[in-house]
Amino acid sequence: MSTTYVQTAVDPADEADRPDSDRSRAENSLARKLVAPALVLMLLVTAFPMLRALYLSLFNYSLTDPDAREFVGLANYATALSDSLFWRDTFNTVGIMIITVAVELVIGFAFAMVMHKVIFARGVIRTSILIPYGVITVVSGFAWQFAFSNTNGFVNSWLPFTPDDFNWFGQYWSSMLAIMASEIWKTTPFMSLLLLAGLAQVSEDMLEAAKVDGATWWQRLYKVILPNMRAAIMVAVLFRALDAYRIFDNIFVMTAGANNTESISFLTYRQVIEQFQLGIGSALSVLLFLSVLVVAFVIVKLFRVNLADARQES
Amino acid sequence: MSVLAACGGDSGKPKLNWYINPDGQDTLTSVAKRCSTDDYDIQIQLLPSSATDQRTQLARRLAAEDSSTDLMSLDPVFIPEFANAKWLAPFTGDLAAKVLDDDVLKGPSEIVQWEDQVVAAPQWSNTQVLWYRKSLAEAAGLDMNKPVTWNQVIDAAADHDGTVGVQANKYEAYVVWINSLIQGAGGDILDPATVEDGRDAKVTIDSAAGEDAAKVIEKLAKSKAKQPDFTTSNEGTSLGLMFPDKGAGEFMTNWTFVYKNYEGLIGKPGGPKDKAQFEDLGWARYPETVEGKESKPPLGGIAIGVGAFSKHRDFAQQAAACVTDPEAQAALAVSDGLMPSRQSVYDSEELKKAYPPDLLTLFSQSIDSAGARPKSAFYSQISSALQSRWHSPNSVNAGTPKKSADFLNQILEGKALL
Repeated sequence: MSTTYVQTAVDPADEADRPDSDRSRAENSLARKLVAPALVLMLLVTAFPMLRALYLSLFNYSLTDPDAREFVGLANYATALSDSLFWRDTFNTVGIMIITVAVELVIGFAFAMVMHKVIFARGVIRTSILIPYGVITVVSGFAWQFAFSNTNGFVNSWLPFTPDDFNWFGQYWSSMLAIMASEIWKTTPFMSLLLLAGLAQVSEDMLEAAKVDGATWWQRLYKVILPNMRAAIMVAVLFRALDAYRIFDNIFVMTAGANNTESISFLTYRQVIEQFQLGIGSALSVLLFLSVLVVAFVIVKLFRVNLADARQES
Repeated sequence: MSVLAACGGDSGKPKLNWYINPDGQDTLTSVAKRCSTDDYDIQIQLLPSSATDQRTQLARRLAAEDSSTDLMSLDPVFIPEFANAKWLAPFTGDLAAKVLDDDVLKGPSEIVQWEDQVVAAPQWSNTQVLWYRKSLAEAAGLDMNKPVTWNQVIDAAADHDGTVGVQANKYEAYVVWINSLIQGAGGDILDPATVEDGRDAKVTIDSAAGEDAAKVIEKLAKSKAKQPDFTTSNEGTSLGLMFPDKGAGEFMTNWTFVYKNYEGLIGKPGGPKDKAQFEDLGWARYPETVEGKESKPPLGGIAIGVGAFSKHRDFAQQAAACVTDPEAQAALAVSDGLMPSRQSVYDSEELKKAYPPDLLTLFSQSIDSAGARPKSAFYSQISSALQSRWHSPNSVNAGTPKKSADFLNQILEGKALL
């Protein structure tokens, strides 16, 4: 089934290689001319800040002392990479990314199954699962901060193993737990939405065939559903991992970086916005950009999915 | 169309935007109204309540050369930063002489000058004094008419069921305390001769004065006079321990607002039980770090700066002179407890009616002889660096000044992250 689909999808590409008629060539050239301004604008908007950050990162430059700006080459990168604060914050960020994405993958998959299978009140159930994703992150951060508060929050009274006055934001591990809970609540719906799209692609015929062959529910999940969803799962994990790597709002609202709960984005924010250190701040933002590329590369390699194939299959 | 025209300000009188912090809003609004003239109207714009957010918001506007930032209420520590970035239009000629004449007390007059120019107009000044329960000091046998030391105060509180209130949370006010302790011992965080040199300033916190300051913090941290929330204490948390249900009360270093605060709380929760208990509230000069060496009380307050990119710089500077005049300063002191930066206002009848005369004298003397925090374009980094090495106060010991000096040097050279 899917082979035929891929075949038809490839056909137009083959046609494109054939010599074009004058008309289609003229149309293509017109299209290029029409798109060019947008393309130039996009490049300006996206490339300029990145190149500017790259340039600024080579200077020891404070906004409040513009006269003392001096070229220092790669010294800012050396400072950042040799500072324990940078590695502590990287550790926090990677930790948050791995734990939240793993938890979200499991819960999100369960939600996707529910949304896929549900017949009764489908719209209501799908909507209610998706609501948290519609909430602005800063708002959800505040909501969870209140929930975990030791004076007016409900979490302590709901959990049997915590004393009623337990201060979640008083130490590292519990602050991190609260931040991650908020992150998971907020973005699991996004994960389940992407997985639902993947689930919809799994052929009913194959599931039927597996059932006829006597496969149990677990066997069908492991042997049929999950392998056929590999590309969708990868996309979901990739998107969410990159998103989680940029975590900022929840930390900003809930702890403001207290008890060493800072992430890399937060560290960058503090250098640039609070300290006005444009040089080292830019170096950090370049490092953040590079590490996002590394994370994306690792995930794509991990799932051994060819992105071009994935796009055609979906 | 008419809405757009009003926004552009092209038609009619120019509107000057004055960014204020939330202290004394109502008074400032009426001051703005009084100081509006036939040539311009002053319009109040409110900044966020936290000092960090105020600084960030103003800096973002000024860095973008915003022409609608005309007047700004500035915390003293922002002034060197903003002036060095050339974001403030200096006052010159008659106006400079008007906003900074001999009537302005020494403390506030020093903080509004940068590289020999007057870059802001002092509006109100803040300082800290030692607030205490007279009964507690009496029980401890302390003569509060003479200067007292931190050691005496801590011992007196510990031995007589009292406590000592300070600001030791990880925030700016903790640096205020550290700075005053160091200056009180005759030292400085940065060498005053090089303090304006930015990255090249000489760090002098690793000194005998630095160690004396560390000793005071260490002593309080180990004393039973320490308050329960010592490591997260702020200006508000220790207020409730002056008139507690049980215990002898406290000695507390805190800003000038304390008097009006307790006066308004007589008979209410957190305040004195009755007028008689309110009478037990005493005040004295900021304690000495080292016996015999005059203390250097902290200095705060607000000065009015004019944006360098303002479309109406001349008008804005005239307006700044008006909103900082003696009349405005008296109104802020009487209604909001924000003390004047001019001696003549302390001598005015209005203030004498609102405050006990000896308290007024104490305030003006403290402001006049106060010690400012380092005047540096890198102040924010200096403050954060100190906070990161001196907090928690429980961990402060004789090695802390050296540790913080090393870190401060690295930070100023741009060789470490904050």
